[in-house]
Amino acid sequence: MGPSIDVSIALISIAPFLAALLAPWIKKFTGPLAGWVLAIIPASIFVLLLGFIGPVSENTILRAGLSWIPAYGISFSFFVDGLSLTFGLLISGIGTFIVIYSGAYLAGHPHQGRFFSYILMFMGSMLGLVLADNLFTLFIFWELTSITSFLLIGFDHSRQAARRAAFQALVVTGGGGLVLLAGLIALNVVTGQNSLSGLLTTAGLVQQHSFYQPIMLMVIVGAFAKSAQVPLHFWLPNAMEAPTPVSAYLHSATMVKAGVYLLARMNPILGGTDQWFWILTLFGGTTLLVGGALAVRQTDLKQMLAYTTLGSLGLLVMLIGFGTKEAILGAVLYLCAHSLFKGAMFMIAGTIDHGTGTRDITALGGLREAMPVTFVAAILSAVSMAGFPIALGFLAKEEIYLAMTQGVWPDLLFLAVLIVGNALMMTVGLLIAFKPFLGPEKPTPHEPHEGSPALLAGPVVLSVLGLIAGLFTGWLNTNLLDPVGGAIYNNVIDAHLYLAFDITNPAVWASIATWVLGGLLVWRVDAVRSALRRAGNAIGWTFDIGFDWVISSLIRTADAITRTLHNGRLEIYLLIVFVTLALVLYLPMIVTGTLPQIPDIPVLTYYEWGAILIAVVGLLAVLFARTRLVAIVALGIQGFAVALIFLLFGAPDLAFTQFMVETLSVIILALVMTRLHLDSKDHREIEEAVRDGVVSVAVASGFAIVLVAVLAVDLDLSLTEFFQATSAPIAHGRNIVNVILVDYRAIDTLGEISVVMAAGLAILAIIRVRARNRFAPPAPPVPAKRRRKASA
Amino acid sequence: MNTVIFRTVAPGIAALMLVFSIFVLLRGHNEPGGGFIGGLIGASGLAVYGIACGVAEVRRAMVIHPIVLAGFGVFIATLAGLMPLFVDAPFLTGLWWIFELEGQEIALSTPLIFDIGVYAVVVGAVATIALTLENDEEHY
Repeated sequence: MGPSIDVSIALISIAPFLAALLAPWIKKFTGPLAGWVLAIIPASIFVLLLGFIGPVSENTILRAGLSWIPAYGISFSFFVDGLSLTFGLLISGIGTFIVIYSGAYLAGHPHQGRFFSYILMFMGSMLGLVLADNLFTLFIFWELTSITSFLLIGFDHSRQAARRAAFQALVVTGGGGLVLLAGLIALNVVTGQNSLSGLLTTAGLVQQHSFYQPIMLMVIVGAFAKSAQVPLHFWLPNAMEAPTPVSAYLHSATMVKAGVYLLARMNPILGGTDQWFWILTLFGGTTLLVGGALAVRQTDLKQMLAYTTLGSLGLLVMLIGFGTKEAILGAVLYLCAHSLFKGAMFMIAGTIDHGTGTRDITALGGLREAMPVTFVAAILSAVSMAGFPIALGFLAKEEIYLAMTQGVWPDLLFLAVLIVGNALMMTVGLLIAFKPFLGPEKPTPHEPHEGSPALLAGPVVLSVLGLIAGLFTGWLNTNLLDPVGGAIYNNVIDAHLYLAFDITNPAVWASIATWVLGGLLVWRVDAVRSALRRAGNAIGWTFDIGFDWVISSLIRTADAITRTLHNGRLEIYLLIVFVTLALVLYLPMIVTGTLPQIPDIPVLTYYEWGAILIAVVGLLAVLFARTRLVAIVALGIQGFAVALIFLLFGAPDLAFTQFMVETLSVIILALVMTRLHLDSKDHREIEEAVRDGVVSVAVASGFAIVLVAVLAVDLDLSLTEFFQATSAPIAHGRNIVNVILVDYRAIDTLGEISVVMAAGLAILAIIRVRARNRFAPPAPPVPAKRRRKASA
Repeated sequence: MNTVIFRTVAPGIAALMLVFSIFVLLRGHNEPGGGFIGGLIGASGLAVYGIACGVAEVRRAMVIHPIVLAGFGVFIATLAGLMPLFVDAPFLTGLWWIFELEGQEIALSTPLIFDIGVYAVVVGAVATIALTLENDEEHY
């Protein structure tokens, strides 16, 4: 027994983030070896997780956690069962090879350190997602994977296509995540459980609740967005703008499976109903066919693989919806097989691209001599992808076909969909495995050369594993299928998987049908491709275009509203703001008839009158100032007088802040004035001056009346007493204002400082854009002399 | 505004203001003061220096870009909030280490780190705004 579960899980969830923080420096010190060095992290996580296989296969569920915001039942809690362990092993195992691969693939890239940082952050988020127990922990990691995916897709941010793809992926998967959050909160409210392990104990209850339908739909939308199910699939092929290791890792082996993971996880909680069955099988089946057909249409290696990934995700969703024991086992096997062969395939595509300079399958040929190892790895993965015997892919497909040949008529329909979908994906697998390597050599942008060991390690190990795993069915039964299947099926499962080729079994005939159809497609691939292209052109509309339309109408609407309200004249916006403010202050009191009595003039001491006098003098100075700058400074005098009043009435903190804010406002206003090259004098017409004066008096008197109304009510001192009584003993501070800011209500302050920082960033950006536009080539630059004079 | 007297006195005033701002920051838990006010004083000090000696000089003196300081502030405030998680207390719980050093009682705490974060954000953000506005062209 290794270290305790708590420590291991804490290490697993934190280590990738720490490594991400250090990655750029590690890259600096280790140079070309950085990939191998950084791969130690995922490799050690993999080994740690391997240690969990024993306990998990005996159906023990391991848990660990920290409380975070206990008042809302939010905690950082994790649990390991068969399902999360399998995902964890895939993420860390494949991650190890991806990191090694990235070391060579992006060798010499100026931002390689940053890339390592992003990919390790992603790995940590993904591990957190699958190990999360608390619903909100799950959500946070879910959105973190969307954000890291955004960073990785847009890694090559100087290209417009990459930026657009990153934005699109973030909008779709992040937006789906928000819908999921709503679903998770509803689940929490309905069941009173805030963790997945708790929810699993309530299996069967949610389905009878009146909110079942909306909850199920929200969870499904979240999962479909992440796992790219039609009609939310369009972001995935575009995400191929990312460097190839990212496509291999995020957009085939791990992140896109998060939706599948969630559906599998929720199957006992939400599944088992007709609605669940039909939604998942119909959308999954459609995605399978669309993905397969579009894959054959492509000629770019990565695009072909991206669309087959869509198909595979559809297949998995369909199987989870199907929900029988065989379908679940088939899904588990296919999930593992797919991660292995697709991860390998993507890395092979990247190696070919790296070695020849092109990814266009029609431009590649005869690489068998130049790239023999890649060729072998490609064949091995294609065997698994096509589902030829002994490969893991074969076992998976047999189990899937077995699930569909059990019963009644709809099964036959699904069987047909599966055979066509699988045949299409097999076609793509075979094309990629043979087309670039056989035939006459074709000229490529540069002389083809074999990949380095770092580029080949991943494809070779993953494809060999995918092939020989089929030989260890006994081990797979007890250590993979029983615990994972049990977790999805929420019942003890006893799998009896064995490798056989029995022609009396209808599932075997389904496989044979798939091979025949796939073979025919490979034979006539050019004809099929051009037919599919013609069909696509005939439709002429894609969801991708639809996305652009939605985004651009959003921008147009926002633009129209902005132009109406912000018509370019500052005084108009200010007028709108202040008139609204005056209405907000007066209307409620007028409508409810609670206008306060005007109080008597209080008895004040001479120095209090003094402070008021200063304020009045400041105001008069503003009114009669001849230049704007003088008016601004005079306004500062009035502000200082207010600060003085605060000081006199025993609020030194407030006074202090008021002093500083006044000082800084005067400085910043003066700077803005010079910056905007305003006239130093005010040239308002008399009507305008009267209008502005009326509005200001209305707003000011509104505030005064609200204050009078507030003071007429007896002050409730219970909070003050609470803070006075507790501030020193429990928060170790006598300055209550500060203690409230940094301790009692620190979370508010955290929010506020984030806003302050964001505002600073925004102002910086706006002024920069203005400056850049001003110096943009078409507009003639303002002569330096004149500018100097204007700002002086 | 740019008189010889002002230019000569400004660096001294700015230095005093910065020292005072840190003093206000540190005393904040028991006496009037704190990160927010301290930050405003610090930012005013930088603004004064900028008006007298030019933006380029302030940027050189600050070494890092002020917006980075603001980001750093949010970062360490969040870290201060995360620290209690390691002793199994909720996010943002105050932790205290009170010890004697040469007869003086010294109190270090996560709220202090948090307050330093607030200070950094306020100085950073306000300085960013002021410096960007003061700047006439190209260099941001």
